[in-house]
Amino acid sequence: MKSDIVISGVGGQGSILASRALAGAAIAKGLHVLTSEVIGMAQREGPVTSHIRIGNNLSGALIPDYTADYLISLELSETVRNLSKLRPGGTVITSKTAIIPTSVQLGLSKYDQEIYVQYIKEQTEKAIFLDLESLSLQAGNPRAGNVVIMGAFSTCPGLPLQGEQILQAILQLVPERYRNINTHAFELGRQAMEEF
Amino acid sequence: MVVKLLMGNEAIAHGAVEAGVKVAAAYPGTPSSEILETLATMAREHGFYTEWSVNEKAALETAIGASFAGARSLAAMKQVGLNVAADPLMSLAYIGIKGGLVLVVADDPGPHSSQTEQDTRKFAQFAKLPVLDPVNPAEAREMAKYAFELSEQLLLPVILRPTTRTCHACQDIDLPAGIGKNPPPAGFEKDPNWVIFPSLSARKHIWLNKQQETAGSILGLSPFNRLEIDPGARVGIVACGLSYNYVREALQLTGLQATILKIGTPYPLPNDPVLELFKHVDRILVIEEQEPVVEDQLISLAWQQGLTAPISGKHDRLVAREGEFDVDKVKAIIEKFYGLQGQLGQVTPLPELPLRPPVLCAGCPHRASFYIFKNAARGTEAVFTGDIGCYTLGAIPPLNALDTCLCMGAGVTIAAGLHRVEPGRKQVAFLGDSTFFHSGVTGLINAVYNRADITVVILDNRTTAMTGHQPHPGIGNTGADGHGTTVDITGLARACGVDFVREVDPYDLTAGVKAACEAMNYNGPAVVIMKRECTALVKKDRPYTISKDDCIDCGACVEDLGCPAIGRQDGLPAINTNCTGCGVCAQICPVQAIRRKL
Repeated sequence: MKSDIVISGVGGQGSILASRALAGAAIAKGLHVLTSEVIGMAQREGPVTSHIRIGNNLSGALIPDYTADYLISLELSETVRNLSKLRPGGTVITSKTAIIPTSVQLGLSKYDQEIYVQYIKEQTEKAIFLDLESLSLQAGNPRAGNVVIMGAFSTCPGLPLQGEQILQAILQLVPERYRNINTHAFELGRQAMEEF
Repeated sequence: MVVKLLMGNEAIAHGAVEAGVKVAAAYPGTPSSEILETLATMAREHGFYTEWSVNEKAALETAIGASFAGARSLAAMKQVGLNVAADPLMSLAYIGIKGGLVLVVADDPGPHSSQTEQDTRKFAQFAKLPVLDPVNPAEAREMAKYAFELSEQLLLPVILRPTTRTCHACQDIDLPAGIGKNPPPAGFEKDPNWVIFPSLSARKHIWLNKQQETAGSILGLSPFNRLEIDPGARVGIVACGLSYNYVREALQLTGLQATILKIGTPYPLPNDPVLELFKHVDRILVIEEQEPVVEDQLISLAWQQGLTAPISGKHDRLVAREGEFDVDKVKAIIEKFYGLQGQLGQVTPLPELPLRPPVLCAGCPHRASFYIFKNAARGTEAVFTGDIGCYTLGAIPPLNALDTCLCMGAGVTIAAGLHRVEPGRKQVAFLGDSTFFHSGVTGLINAVYNRADITVVILDNRTTAMTGHQPHPGIGNTGADGHGTTVDITGLARACGVDFVREVDPYDLTAGVKAACEAMNYNGPAVVIMKRECTALVKKDRPYTISKDDCIDCGACVEDLGCPAIGRQDGLPAINTNCTGCGVCAQICPVQAIRRKL
């Protein structure tokens, strides 16, 4: 049993918390785990990617191209940027929400939401688009998108982890006072998946 | 035993604590910073001392002093930090140590967050010191423990060199339930051998060279090198450090066979496992990131021994010297080595993606400081020299505020050098508070002493922000028990002999521009301290909003500031939820359309 998961997003969105939660859940289940995170300059709103590898006989923390089982993405254009990690038949769970960088405001580059959605649909067999922005606001914190998407991911069939273990791992990583918001955010993510 | 998820840097800290480290010192730098951060959280419970030193030289020398008193000590830094600490390190190799001394130097091939891709293994070879190169966090912890023993066995400092991909990788690691107590250090004993003189150096150099052979023999027995013989293969792959992971997975993916020699001790390279490899293979491929450290030693050894198996790697340009490796890159190298055409992935051209360079945070006081000085310098040919920190991002559009950046502290001295060639032009040096203490203050003293007519702007955000908010002398509190003595930057600048010193709040644009103009017009070195806490450390203030009725869409707030909290909605500038309420944009709006939310 082996699972390779890529989490992508923009610095500051909480992809590290998400990858630590998956790793924590893996350990709780007695599985081996390796993660690789981006820490440093890119955290200032640059593109960030975490790789999480769960299973036995693991090599390095970096997932090769076209082999990841899941791509979980907190930002739409970053999903496109990381799509080459996904294996044929792999699952994408992505935020529909665009985070438009200042380079676009300044006319130095382009952002085209429709083209990205189209591209993701064309290139994958299973792509789930979530309205993370409104779901996290509904949960009570605009920054809870990382937990919402973990809730959604936890419902995927055939995962080596149980949803409850992922939630428990998240709650262990966040301050006590945010427990309710995070539990709610996780639940909203779970429910959103039922619509698909 | 307990199983814990540890980041590579945390694993190294754990290894050091298990080995009984007594003194640990560091200057922060990505990807090394979490080593001392972790040690600081464990210091009280396990009874040892940690400090954030003002720079890497101070950190290493602190560890050296502790070692001279018989204590196991550790210094941690990033690869360019070792350049700062090179002076004590080179001499220490001759003098030797008493308590085990481990120097952790984190390399950053890529580079992800560094100025260079320099290879610390090469530095270790230059300094004639053993270096260990971990494959993953679990091995990094084992190596940290082993390094203290090796150091005491050889009486030399030992370098542990992880790379970013180990420092910032997390792994499940079995930890002992408790850590035993180590005996107290023996203390410092007076001896002429602690005093470096040319006569002593001449003797010790002979000893140091001999220790290379001793180290090679000891490392030949270490568990970190391993020969994995594939009886069906006549190809050998030498896989160094982290690259071992990529080699293993690339072979699995391609189904190719090879005998693998995993190397965890790249310098001095032990002979025995390498000679054993030659017995089993007809040709060899060496895979290592950065410089051909192992490859060069392998070639020398083969030449000496008259071994003729061809050796491939960097010298026949099969393996890159630049950049970080991954499975895909290593797979392509191996396929080429086997004469195979690699399978290309299903290439569908990507749509155009937005550029997403890292930017200063919403509400960052540095943005205001750059805006202020750009305005004060408008119409002049002023040169803005930069330095290492978050504020290096001031070079990116739309601020375009920095014209140079080289290394820690260089902004001040480069400004002074520029001034010698163009005395009629104004040079303004920007550096952060932590960088000022690190190596900016020497440049300031140099400017005063040599009468350089430059303006030095200290961006005092009360922390070392880029590396994760470590304290520094200007804050007072230390990483460990919280209590230190505060060194006042204004007082220090005055004590250096600077007559013009102003302290301003960068959020106050009017006062800022006034101070900036005065400083730039001042004849002689002038210091302006832009003092405002890092926005990541303070609670957000009430946000601002742009009145659609009043906005004339002049674009100043969007295009002059480049704040990630200001975008466009339905064509007009709009403030999003990132707003911290700093109020800088409201001050530049020509029609007062930006107001604090009620």
